[in-house]
Amino acid sequence: MGIFSFKGGVKPASHKAESTALPIGEAPLAARYVVPLHQSIGGTPRPCVAVGDAVLRGQRIGEADGWISAAVHAPTSGTVVAIEDAPMPHPSGLPALAVVIEADGCDAWIERQPADPAALGPDGVRAYLQQSGVVGLGGAVFPSHAKLSAGKAGALDELVINGAECEPYITCDDLLMRERAEGIVAGTALFRDLLKPKRVLIGIEDNKPEAIAAMQAAVAKAGEDFAVVAVPTRYPTGGAKELIRVLTGKEVPAAQRSTDQGVQCFNVATAYTAWRAVAFGEPVTSRLVTVTGNVGSARNWDVRIGTPIAEVMALAAPNPDTDGVVMGGPMMGVMLPDTAAPVVKATNCLIAHSPALFPPKPAEMPCIRCGECARACPHQLQPFELYWWSRAKNFGKAQEYALFDCIECGCCNFVCPSHIPLVSYFRFAKSEIWAREKEKAAAEAAKTRFEFKQLRDEREKAEKAERLAKAAARQAEKTAPAATASERPAPAAPGADVTTSATVAAPSPAADGNGDAEAAKKAAIAAALERARAQRASAVPRNTDGLSPARQAEIAAIDARRESATPATAPTPVASAAPAPVPADATTDEEAAKKAAIAAAMARARAQRAAAKPRNTDNLTPAQQAAVAAIDQRRESTGLASPAGATGTAAAPLSTDPHAAPASSPPAADADRTSTP
Amino acid sequence: MLSAIAVMALGALVLGAALGYASIRFKVEGDPLVDKIDACLPQTQCGQCGFAGCHPYAEAIAKGEADINQCPPGGEEGIRRLADLLGREFKPLSADHGVEKPKAVALIDEQTCIGCTLCIQACPVDAIVGAAKQMHTVVESLCTGCELCLPPCPVECISMEPIAEDIATWKWKYPVTAIRPAAATPLHPSPAQAA
Ligand code: SF4
Ligand code: SF4
Ligand code: SF4
Ligand code: SF4
Repeated sequence: MGIFSFKGGVKPASHKAESTALPIGEAPLAARYVVPLHQSIGGTPRPCVAVGDAVLRGQRIGEADGWISAAVHAPTSGTVVAIEDAPMPHPSGLPALAVVIEADGCDAWIERQPADPAALGPDGVRAYLQQSGVVGLGGAVFPSHAKLSAGKAGALDELVINGAECEPYITCDDLLMRERAEGIVAGTALFRDLLKPKRVLIGIEDNKPEAIAAMQAAVAKAGEDFAVVAVPTRYPTGGAKELIRVLTGKEVPAAQRSTDQGVQCFNVATAYTAWRAVAFGEPVTSRLVTVTGNVGSARNWDVRIGTPIAEVMALAAPNPDTDGVVMGGPMMGVMLPDTAAPVVKATNCLIAHSPALFPPKPAEMPCIRCGECARACPHQLQPFELYWWSRAKNFGKAQEYALFDCIECGCCNFVCPSHIPLVSYFRFAKSEIWAREKEKAAAEAAKTRFEFKQLRDEREKAEKAERLAKAAARQAEKTAPAATASERPAPAAPGADVTTSATVAAPSPAADGNGDAEAAKKAAIAAALERARAQRASAVPRNTDGLSPARQAEIAAIDARRESATPATAPTPVASAAPAPVPADATTDEEAAKKAAIAAAMARARAQRAAAKPRNTDNLTPAQQAAVAAIDQRRESTGLASPAGATGTAAAPLSTDPHAAPASSPPAADADRTSTP
Repeated sequence: MLSAIAVMALGALVLGAALGYASIRFKVEGDPLVDKIDACLPQTQCGQCGFAGCHPYAEAIAKGEADINQCPPGGEEGIRRLADLLGREFKPLSADHGVEKPKAVALIDEQTCIGCTLCIQACPVDAIVGAAKQMHTVVESLCTGCELCLPPCPVECISMEPIAEDIATWKWKYPVTAIRPAAATPLHPSPAQAA
């Protein structure tokens, strides 16, 4: 077995002995479990229980959402008391959706049915593992079933089982291998059957002789041909790409998967839980957690998923000067803002933090470009360049220097003589870039939708114009002879709506243009005026009577605007509009008659509008009515009528209604709406 | 002599035909500069820049008719991007066009909505769903936060809700160096402190 080596890496003090003295302990049942739904990479599982439901240990409470997602299960029997946002073990301290279970103390399992991989077939086993919530327990929590298919390169050469556990303080895999090696070997055999690699390599750092011995014994006992390989202790050998490099000599290029090189890699704990799921029908409801650091008794505990971290910490009796909890190891872990957060599938280690144990870093100094970080980087990056560009927020350059190949191992931080928190800069740059990519995608989508809407508006406008032109042509054809015939009954009772008066008015200009029809028209006008006069004698006009001069002036002004603004739908009404029931002060002046007719139409429109309105605004409180009135007023003065107002600069071209041209007055716009089909 | 003229004329014809063909065949649709500018704009389509959307603003910038600091949704960062692209000096956002606000989406109070459809017509990206006299609602994932639906609503039931941060959208913050007591301060200030 040739052992290869990777470039870079560091050798921090391991601090592993503290937590390996005692065997794995079973953490006592908690009273309340908070089980986050999103515990793996990929889609957030949908809750499939309701508040008040009784659940058993191992019962599915979250349904996998999509292929890259894994189910979530109840850690004990009890009652679902809430499905709500709860604090998460995340550096942000932000809450996320979780199922809260009040334990009943019985800790009763669901009916556990072992699965038969042969009967299920490879796809069946993958789906089964997804349903059992098996995810990578090394810390990345990638759903394991999605990694259990051969890659593009076809059959795998090597299956690598990762027991390196290179990060200081963490010993949960070590203890798992010491005490439950047979389960790991059985799980490895399960993966081997699915992936059919040419050989299986189990890599364990040589600082864990007990684990190596236990694994070798278990492999021999199972009669498998797995190679248990002791690899030199160097951080970060436990990184998937590093371990693959050390065991197989293969280098996985940037932006490639290890399967493209014919290698797949799983953590030992993942293999163990997969075996528990298949051989015992037990979904993932607990995991090993190393509780160590500034504590009285460091130890590995088998902890149920969802146990509050504070309760787990209490098991180890933290020293009084503990000032926080780190989840993960000292190199890659994060400080938890809230220890009420629960243990999740990614929680491999909890370290009680104290200033004595982790002295605060001296102040950041300028980079002296010593190149130590580049020598330490296991991915052969140039952290000082990445740092330079990330610090300057020049993310394009940072990406050119392969920012996304950084695994945030922290080796560069560890060696930097200037104490620069390099990884913090890289994390910042990465999340900024992700946010930008998301924004960019959203902007693209918005642009497409906006362009489509504009296109549609254009098309609608064109269609409408065409329709109107056609209608006008038809009207002209139909009514021109009638107008010349001049004998038309007086139209329009006072209540007639704007539509009719407008269409009646329409033919007149056409008739007006006819030289022939001159005499006939004059006669018609005379007749109409005569009729109007007679009518006035009988019926007192109602609409525009008794208006103040100011009001009349206003109406006239509106008329004028409307005429100029909407020639298409409301062609200048002339003589034939005279038969309208409002005779204009009995003058024979054509102009005056016309004006009066329009004024009447306007008034009618207004009356109509007033009559039609109460639909929506019925049953309002006086306060609401006042508010509506105020809004109406504002709207008349700015919003609808003149899109050229303050916010409306853009609204003008966006507006869908061709008649909402800036000049049209509010009543005109309203009348328009009622009249256009 | 004649043959020389003929050869030259032939050459001219052939080259002319080739150029003519190329100008048709390799015609660039649109203005590449406008598209590049447009790509720097946030596509909120709010019109605060004084143009009917981001593309018209991009055109105006390209023609030199508008300054680069008129887009509030793009904010300082957007101005920097434009300044970089166009090789101009950065300048702060022009106050006439508004202020940079945290990203928000429109929310319709569905109890109050009277179903007038005015907001649908105002929405530049068709993010509002509804029908006449029916309750309307905003599709959150499509809303750009342009606020154009606010003024037309007759009952003022649309409000802007800032987008809350969650774990998926949370970002690592720019590292800050703790300021230490004078005794511990290094002789030369670190770049972070100097900054
Ligand atoms: S180790 Fe630190 S000081 Fe040296 S080059 Fe890297 S970042 Fe700069
Ligand atoms: S944190 Fe990133 S840049 Fe630094 S040593 Fe590790 S991989 Fe290299
Ligand atoms: S202000 Fe900005 S987002 Fe709004 S339309 Fe103008 S360019 Fe687009
Ligand atoms: S503008 Fe207001 S009232 Fe009208 S449909 Fe939209 S939300 Fe409802």
